[in-house]
Amino acid sequence: MTSLTSCILLSSLLFVIGLAGALTRRNAILVLIGIELMLNAANLNFIAFWRYHPHSETLTGFIFVIFSIGIAAAEAAVGLALIISLYRHTRTANIDEVISMRG
Amino acid sequence: MLFTTFAILTVAGAVAAMSFRNLVHSVLALIAAFAGLAAIYLQLGAQFIGLAQVLVYIGAVAILIVFAILLTRDKKVAQQTVSFSSWKLNGVVALAVFAVIAWAIFQSPTLQHEILPEPQVSMQQVGNALMLRYALPLEIIGLLLTAALIGAVTIAISEKYEKHERRERE
Repeated sequence: MTSLTSCILLSSLLFVIGLAGALTRRNAILVLIGIELMLNAANLNFIAFWRYHPHSETLTGFIFVIFSIGIAAAEAAVGLALIISLYRHTRTANIDEVISMRG
Repeated sequence: MLFTTFAILTVAGAVAAMSFRNLVHSVLALIAAFAGLAAIYLQLGAQFIGLAQVLVYIGAVAILIVFAILLTRDKKVAQQTVSFSSWKLNGVVALAVFAVIAWAIFQSPTLQHEILPEPQVSMQQVGNALMLRYALPLEIIGLLLTAALIGAVTIAISEKYEKHERRERE
């Protein structure tokens, strides 16, 4: 088994763990953590393919991951702000109890 | 060998983050997973990405999540249990997804190739790429981060404070 294969297997495992968590957990913050894990799995894929590409000096996957990390940071900030705002309205962070769209 | 150690750390951290009942414990496990990933990036020759992972994910995102958990503390959530049947169903769905991906990986012909030497990336190369070829995406991401920062503050700002401000202005 090459190193690239093990990298991709690790990243798919991380993605699946994040997916299972995001589907199962009922706390909004844990759903966000699951999404972060899935994003990290995608980043690992980019880095692994960049590392084992014959023309790695073009830096494509590398730069893509830099931008992906920036977007993940913005997503986390806005997502957590939404959760705090939701908590202020409904006094809960449980996504099953948020059943009304009225503020 | 090192790769296996870090991979186990990452996967164990991720599983623990998704299964701990206490939210603060899950964030600690998440930090372990992020640190393992950063080590894997370093091992793959992407030093800059590894350090950015430590700075952004462990330094900023994890701390932000801890703050959000403390601000949305809910007595019920702490004792709430995840129902076994939903774990089972979602576990089966997730395992099926993993099985399909793993099957595709082992079938793929592109993965069978010779071992390449570790690429050497200097900071100068990264800086050149960001400032020349990827200058426009860099500007756009800067704009996006500014907008996200302002948006996050606007969303999370207390409404009482907002009303108070408006009354003062009038």
